[in-house]
Amino acid sequence: MKVLLRNPRREITIEGRKWVNGLLDELGLNRESHLVIRNGTLIPGDAPLDPDDVIEIRPVISGGA
Amino acid sequence: MRVPSKCRTCGEPAIIDLPRHNAKFCAEHFQELCRRQVVKAIDQFSMLTPADRILVAVSGGKDSLAVWDLLIELGYQADGLYIGLGIGDYSDVSGDYARAFAQERGLHLIEVSLRSEYGYDIPTAARATRRVPCSACGLSKRHLFDKAAIEGGYTVLVTGHNLDDEAAVLLGNTLRWDIDYLSRQLPVLEARGGFPKKVKPLVRLTERETAAWCVVRGIDYLVDECPMAAGNKHLGYKDTLNSMEAVSPGSKAAFYLNFIDKMAPILASHFQEERDALGTCGRCGAPAAGEICAFCRLVETASAHEPVPVELVMKGRR
Repeated sequence: MKVLLRNPRREITIEGRKWVNGLLDELGLNRESHLVIRNGTLIPGDAPLDPDDVIEIRPVISGGA
Repeated sequence: MRVPSKCRTCGEPAIIDLPRHNAKFCAEHFQELCRRQVVKAIDQFSMLTPADRILVAVSGGKDSLAVWDLLIELGYQADGLYIGLGIGDYSDVSGDYARAFAQERGLHLIEVSLRSEYGYDIPTAARATRRVPCSACGLSKRHLFDKAAIEGGYTVLVTGHNLDDEAAVLLGNTLRWDIDYLSRQLPVLEARGGFPKKVKPLVRLTERETAAWCVVRGIDYLVDECPMAAGNKHLGYKDTLNSMEAVSPGSKAAFYLNFIDKMAPILASHFQEERDALGTCGRCGAPAAGEICAFCRLVETASAHEPVPVELVMKGRR
């Protein structure tokens, strides 16, 4: 599947079937600080991902105080 | 094949899991949860009334657009204020998001440009005053938000600070046992002596939830991080808190909301003494600890300095 990452913006390819939380763990990304979006729609941590999917992993942390 | 997770409220397919609530929600009931949390914060801390004239501090990011959207949806009248900080392309794009949001909804957005109206921008201020960029930025924004609210006749200034923001600031203040800052870290600051009333309606929502609100509502916001914030302490505190949240969901909410409930009342008298001690700036009339306020001193120094490109300041911070 194709995965769009941000900050910096880049695209990577991941092989095989995954669960959302499994993918975040594999990429070393905290579930509390990211959202996963498929076709413009949010998907929960236990959603299965297909090899054909194109998803965005969007960080939600901003740095201003 | 695993059964798709379902919304706790209606049983329809879920779009988000919220471990701190031990629940998953569909889009409709996630929005209901967010509205409920904002109404609860507004009511619990007496933030707003239907008669208020509200000014929302808008950056073009998820939190400020989410809080503006939520307030309008809840029936409040609210204008926005955007400050052009002059942080290169980042500021240009953030302004575009703020303007598009206002235009699409027929809302009034006031704009202030640091460079046009005060003769400096944040990269230049950081270099000229040798301040950390986020410090120069925060000082400028706080002063200009207050000024616009007072001069515009607004009764309340709303900011989009969320639970993560407040918990991170609280962690930083606690690590230093900074009683001055701890005593003023409240979800509501009443109007007094040149300060407008300031409220934070998102303090019961995490930033994952405010970002999700924007996605679900179709709100376009600036996802990219401010280039000058990279590596700051605030982000480090958020990382630390999110690591704790991962193993103990609800930790951030307990840390911040129990501070407000149990510790803030103990610190209240200290905060009162500090506010009573403030005088008035001899130049602009704003509240000031000395003869001239920190903002006027920053303007004097930064506007006399030749413009510094954002890349130069970032390079110096690497």
